[in-house]
Amino acid sequence: MNAATRLILAAPLVAPGRHLLEASAWAALPAALRQEPELDLLALWAEPGMIHVAFLAHDDRHELGRGRLLLASTPVPAGRYPALSPARPMAAWFERTIADLWGLLAEGGTDGRPWLDHGRWPLARPLSARPVAQGGEPPQPVFLPVEGAMDAEDVFQYPLGPVLPGGNPAHLRAHLRGGTVLRLEARLGYGHKGLFALMHGKSPRAAARLVARLAGDATVAHAWAFALAAEAATNTPAPPRAALLRAVMAEAERIGNHLLDWGETCAAAGFGWAQARSLVLRERLLHANELAFGQRLLLDRVVPGGVSIDIAASGAEAMLEALVVIEEELPAFQSVHETHAGLQDRICAAAVTPAAAVALLAAGGVAGRSAGRRFDTRQGAPYAPYPSLGFSVPGHATGDADARLRLRLQEIVESLGLIRAALARLEPGPTLVSLPVQAGEGTGMVESHRGEALHWLTLDEAGLIRACFARDASWPLWPLLEAAMQGQAVADLPLCRASLNPSSHGVDL
Amino acid sequence: MLWPKLARSLLHRSHATAPAPHPDTVAALAERMRAAGQTRLGRSLRILVVESGGCGACALEVRALAGAAYDMERYGLHFVTTPRQADILLVTGPATRNMTEALQRAWAAMPEPKWVVAVGDCAGGTGPFQGSYAVEDGGVNAVLPLDLVVPGCPPAPTLVLEGLLALLEAQASLG
Ligand code: SF4
Repeated sequence: MNAATRLILAAPLVAPGRHLLEASAWAALPAALRQEPELDLLALWAEPGMIHVAFLAHDDRHELGRGRLLLASTPVPAGRYPALSPARPMAAWFERTIADLWGLLAEGGTDGRPWLDHGRWPLARPLSARPVAQGGEPPQPVFLPVEGAMDAEDVFQYPLGPVLPGGNPAHLRAHLRGGTVLRLEARLGYGHKGLFALMHGKSPRAAARLVARLAGDATVAHAWAFALAAEAATNTPAPPRAALLRAVMAEAERIGNHLLDWGETCAAAGFGWAQARSLVLRERLLHANELAFGQRLLLDRVVPGGVSIDIAASGAEAMLEALVVIEEELPAFQSVHETHAGLQDRICAAAVTPAAAVALLAAGGVAGRSAGRRFDTRQGAPYAPYPSLGFSVPGHATGDADARLRLRLQEIVESLGLIRAALARLEPGPTLVSLPVQAGEGTGMVESHRGEALHWLTLDEAGLIRACFARDASWPLWPLLEAAMQGQAVADLPLCRASLNPSSHGVDL
Repeated sequence: MLWPKLARSLLHRSHATAPAPHPDTVAALAERMRAAGQTRLGRSLRILVVESGGCGACALEVRALAGAAYDMERYGLHFVTTPRQADILLVTGPATRNMTEALQRAWAAMPEPKWVVAVGDCAGGTGPFQGSYAVEDGGVNAVLPLDLVVPGCPPAPTLVLEGLLALLEAQASLG
């Protein structure tokens, strides 16, 4: 019972919420994790000589809606650490990332293949204390074989990408027998831009411009989580007005993305006209964003210490008008969804995410809540201003494209209410405070439209970033896409991708 | 039945007004086409969008052009999904080293005449990720012969549209 949580809590705190485990305690972690399946692994990352892991602990086993962040670290003096992937499959992708960026190796890991490093950078292990020069022919990628089908003549490989229709550079490799997917594997890293190396040595304010560009469609969520981390590190909360404006922008971002994904899913199911309508609504909303905050996609609006721009004098009115237009259209969307037999045929029991995979990978957002993982950061690990705003977190259990489509519409309704409530509560006051220059460490977690966006950073005495990590909610969505496609018709891949819509930018780093 | 109503509401929506490309941009592009001895591309342009890293916001704004609010098809602009059908390689993102080969392959597979348009500061070589070990120095220009840059981080869809219309106008002026 709670074996892993107890193991971590028994270790001394080295920073708020982060425990430093001795090598022996870390080595005992995989076995303890197996005994505590409900402890979600959110992220695993490193800095030179040190490995960090972030878990989400659910205090009440029957009330998985609530959660608490639990961070643990262990020194890795010899460059090797006991892998967590045997106990948490999600860890494998992080372990590969750590090997590529920091050069630390996971002993006993389930997957030792490179991930972000395709052999095309001038440096290997760019974030380690001693990067090494690399050159020459990039190695050919190796894909996992399908068990029992190694030399089967009727099994063939179908490569897609990295230029995929609909964007997000990724390579998808399907092993097919006839039209059936035996195994789908995603290879990412094409968009790796070296985010952390650029952030190191910058002030949180300067690095915010980079964080805002980790994943452009979740820019508000990431900028907010990063700001919370920087504000925690300096004990300087943002003013109440800024918190409300952040919520307005974050919910606008959620609505815009849900509209996009709703339309993409319908289009993938053969209903392009539904997408046309959702795109019109999205444009209406982005236009209101521009009037209210000076930018359609809201980049660089949320910054450490508050927000960089106050809402325009007529901004609230513009937002409210757009909300009415969206609200008026939603019943039509819903009735199309529920009554159109052709659409129902395509989306019901299609692109199903197995509940066990959702739980094991700790998939969040719509993917999680449509398949029994109820967690929503806004409610389960709340941050200002959400505790003061009323909203509900709908959920489903079937995990198919239909449930996700339904949930997106339901979440849009909640977000409409949240924006109205936040706007109604706006009081005159400051929108930005400057963070003191000091050493510190902090984490921040925000609910993006895909799920939990988690940021962690440490600041040195000069207030500059010494180390940092950003966990996009897409990390579990790629393995979930692989799991959802197993045994399915390859023709369903576009629908499955559109319905889950994992971002490669967020995880390519 | 819901369809006709939705179709009507789509049709009755007034379009955003067409942006007018700057005459200097058009003239410069026309000069470039002449110098390259380019034959005309035709009255329509087929565009392959490739994201070479970046944050994806530029690509979102580019894809917004297909929506009814901009309705790029009325100008003869179409998105395609294979390089073999493309006249324009529209690149967003800073040209990550991990995408260099994919960019070159897409370019090589495109039939002549063909053009490269960089959308956004990243692709133009002045974006926030310049200087990283993981991106080419100078953006897309380091990998492919760049014809047009639409600046911005990200540029609004109207600005992207203006750039593409400038290409169309430039070739029309060669007519
Ligand atoms: S130019 Fe800016 S908006 Fe465009 S991809 Fe690069 S970072 Fe994103």
